[in-house]
Amino acid sequence: MSELTVGDIVAEKTYHLTRDSLVRYAGASGDFNPIHYRDDVATSVGLDGVLAHGMLTMGIAVQPIVEWLGTRGTVVDYQVRFTKPVFVDATDGATIAVTAKVGIVDDDGARIDLTVTFNGATVLGKAQVRVTLASA
Amino acid sequence: MNPDLQGREFPPTEPYLVGREKVREFARAVFASSPLYFDVASAASAGYSDVVAPPTFAVVVQEHTLAQLLAAPDAGIDFSRVVHGDQRFSYTRPIVAGDELTATLTVSSIKSLGAHSMVTAESSIVDAEGRHVVTAISTLVVRGEE
Repeated sequence: MSELTVGDIVAEKTYHLTRDSLVRYAGASGDFNPIHYRDDVATSVGLDGVLAHGMLTMGIAVQPIVEWLGTRGTVVDYQVRFTKPVFVDATDGATIAVTAKVGIVDDDGARIDLTVTFNGATVLGKAQVRVTLASA
Repeated sequence: MNPDLQGREFPPTEPYLVGREKVREFARAVFASSPLYFDVASAASAGYSDVVAPPTFAVVVQEHTLAQLLAAPDAGIDFSRVVHGDQRFSYTRPIVAGDELTATLTVSSIKSLGAHSMVTAESSIVDAEGRHVVTAISTLVVRGEE
């Protein structure tokens, strides 16, 4: 892992969300806020439609790093700011794109910075993942 | 929102037993594919006693503490006006199936931003031996009347 360099892209992946994904996450997480599966409720509170749970987007966005790490290290710190909603169309769903780039390399491991976009706009701000790395 | 909430520590939640199938269900829901989350043998060969939970699984336990905060009669938080602003997890070790976790929420800050309020809540999650596992920190934005 010593060859890890700041600016390296370690993972890039897209994910396609459907309404089914939101219902699945609602059940798995226990977050049954109806704005994540009912258009009528979403529009009644001024939203443009049903949106993905922010925590679902956060949960997905770290997975490319988890896959890249394998058993060489673990995620010890993960933070995001929710900056824009991900609207999930009933028919077409929504596709989010994740790019993971090395931000810092130090004695503790590395900080990987995520760029997460939906329809070309960034939906997570300051998305940073601290990982430990076993020495190669 | 009631500014006196700042610094308040809520009582610890009831212990939450992390189930193996719950971990797998959550992992599937976040599009995870790591064998550590699904396969006991893979987890064991990496040194874990059972399947490992994904990094954001702690929200399942944290949720019980946020419910305490939102339900506090003197907090003055209107749930329908709450927007999730920031989220952070700081781990001492990963959560694994079989863990019995208890969470304690502390309101670390309350700020006003025009008509809106921002409350930062830190939930410290410990195992059955009382050892720290993860701290989950949420900043909630409570939108003011428009």
